[in-house]
Amino acid sequence: MSAAQRKDPSVTPVSLSDPHLQPLAKHPERVQVLASLAMVVGTLGFVGFAIAYWVGNQSQWLAATFGVGLLGLGAGVIAWGKYLMAQGPFVEERHDFHSTDEERSALAAAITERGGLEVKRRKVLGGLFALGSGIMAVVLLFPLVRSLGPKPGRTLFETNWRKGSKLVAVDGREVTVDDLVVGGVLTVFPEGYIGSSPDQTILIRLADQAPDEHYPLQPPGNPSWTAGGYVAYSKMCTHLGCPVGLYQEQTQQLVCPCHQSIFNVASGAIPEFGPAPRPLPQLPITVDLDGYLRATGGFNQAVGPGFWERP
Amino acid sequence: MIDTTLNWVDDRLGIAKGGRTFLDKIFPDHWSFMLGEIALYSFVVLLGTGVFLSLYYIPSAHEIIYHGSYLPLRGQKVSEAYASSVGLSFDVKSGLLMRQAHHWAADIFLGSIAVHMARVFFTGAFRKPREFNWIVGVTMLILGIVNGFLGYSLPDDLVSGTGIRIAFSIVESIPVVGSYLGFFLFGGNYPGNGDIIPRFFLLHILIVPALIAGLLGAHLGLLVKQKHTQFPGKGKTEHNVVGSPMFPTFMAKTTGFLFMVTGAIFLLGGFAQINPIWQFGQYEPYQISYAVQPDWYMGWLDGALRIMPSWEWVGWGHTLPLEVFLPAVIFPGLIFNIFIVWPFIESHKTKDRAYHNLLDRPRDRPMRTAAGAAMLTLLFTVFCASSTDVLANFFQIELNYVLWFFRIAVIAFPIIAYFVTYKICQEMRHAEGVGKRKRASVVLRSDRGEYTTVASEPRPGDGHEELEAMPVPVSIDLVPPELATGAGVRRVLR
Repeated sequence: MSAAQRKDPSVTPVSLSDPHLQPLAKHPERVQVLASLAMVVGTLGFVGFAIAYWVGNQSQWLAATFGVGLLGLGAGVIAWGKYLMAQGPFVEERHDFHSTDEERSALAAAITERGGLEVKRRKVLGGLFALGSGIMAVVLLFPLVRSLGPKPGRTLFETNWRKGSKLVAVDGREVTVDDLVVGGVLTVFPEGYIGSSPDQTILIRLADQAPDEHYPLQPPGNPSWTAGGYVAYSKMCTHLGCPVGLYQEQTQQLVCPCHQSIFNVASGAIPEFGPAPRPLPQLPITVDLDGYLRATGGFNQAVGPGFWERP
Repeated sequence: MIDTTLNWVDDRLGIAKGGRTFLDKIFPDHWSFMLGEIALYSFVVLLGTGVFLSLYYIPSAHEIIYHGSYLPLRGQKVSEAYASSVGLSFDVKSGLLMRQAHHWAADIFLGSIAVHMARVFFTGAFRKPREFNWIVGVTMLILGIVNGFLGYSLPDDLVSGTGIRIAFSIVESIPVVGSYLGFFLFGGNYPGNGDIIPRFFLLHILIVPALIAGLLGAHLGLLVKQKHTQFPGKGKTEHNVVGSPMFPTFMAKTTGFLFMVTGAIFLLGGFAQINPIWQFGQYEPYQISYAVQPDWYMGWLDGALRIMPSWEWVGWGHTLPLEVFLPAVIFPGLIFNIFIVWPFIESHKTKDRAYHNLLDRPRDRPMRTAAGAAMLTLLFTVFCASSTDVLANFFQIELNYVLWFFRIAVIAFPIIAYFVTYKICQEMRHAEGVGKRKRASVVLRSDRGEYTTVASEPRPGDGHEELEAMPVPVSIDLVPPELATGAGVRRVLR
């Protein structure tokens, strides 16, 4: 069937010389040469990709060949479409979406009258179905949500620090009173819980003191919880729980790299700057007879960021 | 051959009428209409590269000893997730390219959505009848941000692990149900027992992409049904669309554009290193590095967290961590809700209930443009605030000053931006010839030294404007033009 034989009355042939069908480019032949060139480069790019893949696994070569392939072919097709195809402009009518008033009221009637009638006639059935579906929705939450994890309970208030827990470094070494020089810091865990997130504690040597001497901390720090010039704080930031890992020895400040909360180590890790609302909880420590550092109890409060159940 | 095939299909599906209407669909030409296409095509790249990555990534927190080809990590204890992420970068052919292209595609996806959304906003394309599509678009933006976060969390490297830790604390900050939600999401107290990686994986590669794909279908379906908006111009009215037809002109241009967007993403993926997880190392909850920053589209949330004062509320046996809850939950919630309800606020305020298919020039709607500028300024200011430490370091200023600068700027700058934009819009409306396409002036000097100025030759596009638009012709008389009567004159119009 040739174009002229088509039956659709709205389809009448337009002359090839119609200005709308002319390309936008002033010199279509030149554009065609450029577009062909781009497509040849693109095709060579893909061939190059095959070679690059065959020869090795150099990301730069793979990306260069593949990228040039895509850019070349893409530029060629765009030039074809933009400068060589019929320039138009062409127009299409647009119709409003809204239906006639009759159609609207018919839809409304179908819902409220045809359907509403049945609901009103059988109120009990409607109510029972709504009730049943509602209960189904609620019980579906049990497997969907409840089975995902345990309830928090007291978990957020507890750590594995106990009275007598030895302070252990990440490599498993038990920390003694001679391990750090003044100004030194070390991340420690309770024995048996290396790497545990809520237990992470930062141990700082603030002064060179005898093992049974207490460092004179400012409140809210507790001097009797220090030993041998050492003080230990929870390493979890009270803002968002990042490890408070940067220690500035000169100013005796701990800095959280996430949101720049700064805690003053010499006065109970009180937040001096930034969004953290509370001091880092202090861990009571002591030095045992063999020179090992031990906790004399857990943290005095929940570690880490705030949550609703926290008093 | 084509006819036989089409007839066979049409006998069964009746595609002829609808199919032709679809091929005849008119796409108005304006550079800003391709911003959404960038988003669409980077999503295509995301799906393609994502499938490749999911073949090699192992969503498991199980600890193993690394034995791959990256020497500095050999013998270290790492999770299977991290080992497989490093492995697919170094030991799978073209894996690094695919991973980096995937990451770049995500950044470009969200960037192009943001710019596309700004275009739609400032030109008033969200107005009746397109409110649905605006909401669908905002929803895709939210899902895109969520999936970006989930995605860069999967490699289990030090930087992403820190992000997950922060996410847990943000969930924890929600009043009453926060700690429950956190425990259910993570399968226990942070970091859980390795549940979070398979869960994020499932969300990242199936659930969220499926939602985005569904909404994308709705977005494009609504676009076809409601047709494009267009800028006012010769022959353009509220009741028509003027431009080039879907087939073949637009199809050629957009296919080429798909190729070019993909090519650009792959060039970035090969040449611009992004997220070198092998340098960060395996995530450990007690380790951290300096200048930890999220991907760019999370920056505005991080900045808000940084500049928020430490206003924790404690009372009646409970803690309300407002220093987290306000900037990380309420603030984004408020922003996204403003986006969603804006079309309704505007039509309520302007009492405008009419259909709008012609776009506004931003300066003609000074209040909207000023409001949009204020919103962009607010978001950009909090975005910049996410690098307070880097700025303080770079400019050698005390961190305290940088922080206070941003605390003031976040309130002052949007207000300034509003009034400045409003004023500029008003002045532009009253200036003459602003926004008109200017022709270059050619200055000539005569023999006697006299200077004259004439307008230059019209550029190709200038003449284009002068033709009257016609309906897309379906069939074309393939007679050579020189044989047609009166070359250049339309012989028959439908």
